[in-house]
Amino acid sequence: MSDAQLQIQIARQFIEAIPFARAVGMTIESVGGGHAVITMPFDERLVGDPRRGVLHGGVISALMDTCGGAAVMSHPVGPSTAATLDLRIDYMRAAKAGAAIRAEAECYHVTRSVAFIRATATDGEDGPPVAAATGAFTMTVRPSAEKKEGAA
Amino acid sequence: MSPRTSPEPVHALKERRDGHLSRLVGSMPYAAFLGIEFDRRGDELTAVLPFKDMLIGDPMVPALHGGVTASFLETAAIVELSWSILWPEMESGTGGDVGPRLPKTIDFTIDYLRSGLPRDAYARARVVRSGRRFASVHVEAWQDNRARLFAQATGHFLMPADPRDDPGHV
Repeated sequence: MSDAQLQIQIARQFIEAIPFARAVGMTIESVGGGHAVITMPFDERLVGDPRRGVLHGGVISALMDTCGGAAVMSHPVGPSTAATLDLRIDYMRAAKAGAAIRAEAECYHVTRSVAFIRATATDGEDGPPVAAATGAFTMTVRPSAEKKEGAA
Repeated sequence: MSPRTSPEPVHALKERRDGHLSRLVGSMPYAAFLGIEFDRRGDELTAVLPFKDMLIGDPMVPALHGGVTASFLETAAIVELSWSILWPEMESGTGGDVGPRLPKTIDFTIDYLRSGLPRDAYARARVVRSGRRFASVHVEAWQDNRARLFAQATGHFLMPADPRDDPGHV
């Protein structure tokens, strides 16, 4: 098994151990190098406005938050913990009724204790994404990983 | 001389208001999935999120999932805004029977102040500005102490179209 495959497997186990991520059916598609892709199937129980058949904004937010966290955890500096400090979500359009949602997040900058992410959510349709997010996470880096980074 | 209309009996008043509130909250399947309830005192609403294991995001701490907190705050904001639209119609007896028309979230910014503990959470939203087309809503959430917030958020919403503006609406 390659390092990348091992990293995906560890991340998958990590996400599957999160009770809420399991409850809404989140699945890691890829993760590594500060980048993550997570999908979530459509589920009637997650609908926010039945008149329009659209998922609740909050569950899309939960997906983007989880995906952002996974991107931070996979950053090459090797964070050992990550917690959301703030998250801003722009809802560009309603997700297509019945469609699975795919979130993609990138951790584009890290300092010693803060990681910055941006993310998008799509529903398989052409055009703009369903939603976009930017966020900041607090993180801690394992002392050994930090030393290695500093020595390089 | 016309007879003075007597005030609506208190039980009928409560039943009518609670009925509108439960129809509003009941119109959101996701609120039921998370188990969100609303406590009403007059027109003041408090959203309540009773703890359950499913809401955990970090089993090691353990802490509520950030996405659960976001969902709880967004739901509290949407219900408060819808309730504030519904209230005058409901009280004048002219509306509220067409079913809830929900505002659409344009953007939502959550500020995580401390980790959500594995226990019940509460939230209260305030409509800061409400116009014909847009509204800005602020919401605060706490657990044990009202003054120790664990999260706050601000969102912008697109107001639902008034059905009275739509001649096709029955």
